[in-house]
Amino acid sequence: MLELARLSKTYADGTHALADITLEVRESEIVSLVGGSGCGKTTLLRLIAGLDRPSSGEIRLDGERLTEPNPSVGIVFQEPRLLPWLSVADNVGFGLSALSGGERRARVAHALDRVGLSEHAGRWPRELSGGQQQRVAIARAFVTEPKLLLLDEPFSALDAFTRASLHEHLLGLWDESRPTVLLVTHDVQEAVTLADRAVVMQPKPGRIFDEQPLRLARPRDKLSPGFESATRRLLSTLDNSLKPAHLAKAERGREAAALWW
Amino acid sequence: MAEIAAPAQAQGERRAGSSSGAFPIAPGVKWALGLFLPLGLALGWELAVRAGLAEGRLMPPPSRIAETLYALARSGELWTHAWATLWRVAVGFAIGAASGILLGALSGTSEAARRLLDPTLQALRAIPSIAWVPLFILWFGIFEASKVALIAVGTFFPVYLGVAGAILSVDRKLVEVGRIFRLSRLDLARRILLPAVLPELLVSLRSGLGLGFMFVVAAEFMGASEGLGYLLVDGQQLGKPDQILAAIIAFAVMGKAADSLLVAATRPLVRWQDVARERL
Ligand SMILES: Nc1ncnc2c1ncn2[C@@H]1O[C@H](COP(=O)(O)OP(=O)(O)O)[C@@H](O)[C@H]1O
Ligand SMILES: [Mg+2]
Repeated sequence: MLELARLSKTYADGTHALADITLEVRESEIVSLVGGSGCGKTTLLRLIAGLDRPSSGEIRLDGERLTEPNPSVGIVFQEPRLLPWLSVADNVGFGLSALSGGERRARVAHALDRVGLSEHAGRWPRELSGGQQQRVAIARAFVTEPKLLLLDEPFSALDAFTRASLHEHLLGLWDESRPTVLLVTHDVQEAVTLADRAVVMQPKPGRIFDEQPLRLARPRDKLSPGFESATRRLLSTLDNSLKPAHLAKAERGREAAALWW
Repeated sequence: MAEIAAPAQAQGERRAGSSSGAFPIAPGVKWALGLFLPLGLALGWELAVRAGLAEGRLMPPPSRIAETLYALARSGELWTHAWATLWRVAVGFAIGAASGILLGALSGTSEAARRLLDPTLQALRAIPSIAWVPLFILWFGIFEASKVALIAVGTFFPVYLGVAGAILSVDRKLVEVGRIFRLSRLDLARRILLPAVLPELLVSLRSGLGLGFMFVVAAEFMGASEGLGYLLVDGQQLGKPDQILAAIIAFAVMGKAADSLLVAATRPLVRWQDVARERL
């Protein structure tokens, strides 16, 4: 289980990027962080990954406090960040240098197979398309079998068609070792396609606005009524999160009142 | 120094019928086109001298330069001089490049080292390297040591600047990949920094080598009894322009050969690179 307790981050230049983030993510749960740009989603993932330090609060994974990069935590960045001097296979195996050559090769081959890039194993990253590069990055993160996987808008630069196929690759890989997943996206449909729960964030300072469970059966059908209504609800929550604070509050008050009646 | 290449060629792609410019050139002719001007001029000059239209005393015709070159080679003089020059460049370049890589790596990876070293080195760099010659002669004598020292100094600065600059500009995003996989400092240097700076390191080695050849001439002007630079001075003093031109041609061949050798030897290291490959 991932626990974030009153996490805040103020950058050196005084930017208040995150305020008081408290969130629990169950083991093997896929949680989607949704929010406009600048609401601190990347900052939050970087804190969990140990690339930056929180100004206050703490992060625990299965009770263990995380303060620096940890072997149980993997991350896929917004860009593929492949090492251009390594072949595709060597990129995937970059984090496996502690393993013996044979086992490393076997795990890399399996991961490449899962993302459908087996025949590209020996090529240079520059010879791949953007979507293929991102698949390599996903394989590189999965191959170390992390307990927690962080994904920062990994599909945002891709076209809708490529994105849909990557969603399937991602779910296929997830099903093998069932890590806990924190997926940042600004695409509501992507959140509803992949996540068990969506957490909506709000900017200035970045904080959690609301959350919405997404209990739809898998595999999910984008045309089903349940999918559509979940998408619509999440969209309206997202809309509210972008309104000025006092308006949103008033509206939430009204909604609550309406429910009460 | 760098050849001008269209980006498409630089990537080794040959798109059918595509050629930069409005008038496509047949592939076989492209290569020959670069030879057209020098060969044409040489031939023209040769004919002009033979026909008695020009005198050719100060600017000897190609046939006479070739004769001189051949005679120098036959007598073995050419090899003695070329070898002396090559040896000086090789030793000076090795010393200058090695210390440039070492100090550049220090300065690029450690802020303390950078603050300590860089201001001094930058100040020294502002001195024209030739200005050291009198001092080096006083310190190291007029023989090999002072010449090698000058070449080493000339090679050092481009390599130092290239390496330090390359390390400082390594993409932070790739360094973070290393941090995510918890690489030790040594592994980070070996697996991320080194390969990332390699292309720029090779570029700076090449310009260092070019400067090495420049400074060897200066060093040999200052007093030497052998070396291609000596042949130049000797040709001037004895009024033998054909010998001067023969030495210049020998320099051109040797410089180009050394450069090509460096490029060929290091090409496998940067095969992954597409942009800088042809620029290298
Ligand atoms: N290294 C940094 N230094 C200062 N401010 C930063 C830094 N990184 C991000 N910020 C600021 O923090 C806020 C949140 O940024 P970010 O986490 O990138 O948001 P998101 O990923 O949701 O778009 C923004 O206002 C951004 O300008
Ligand atoms: Mg972001």
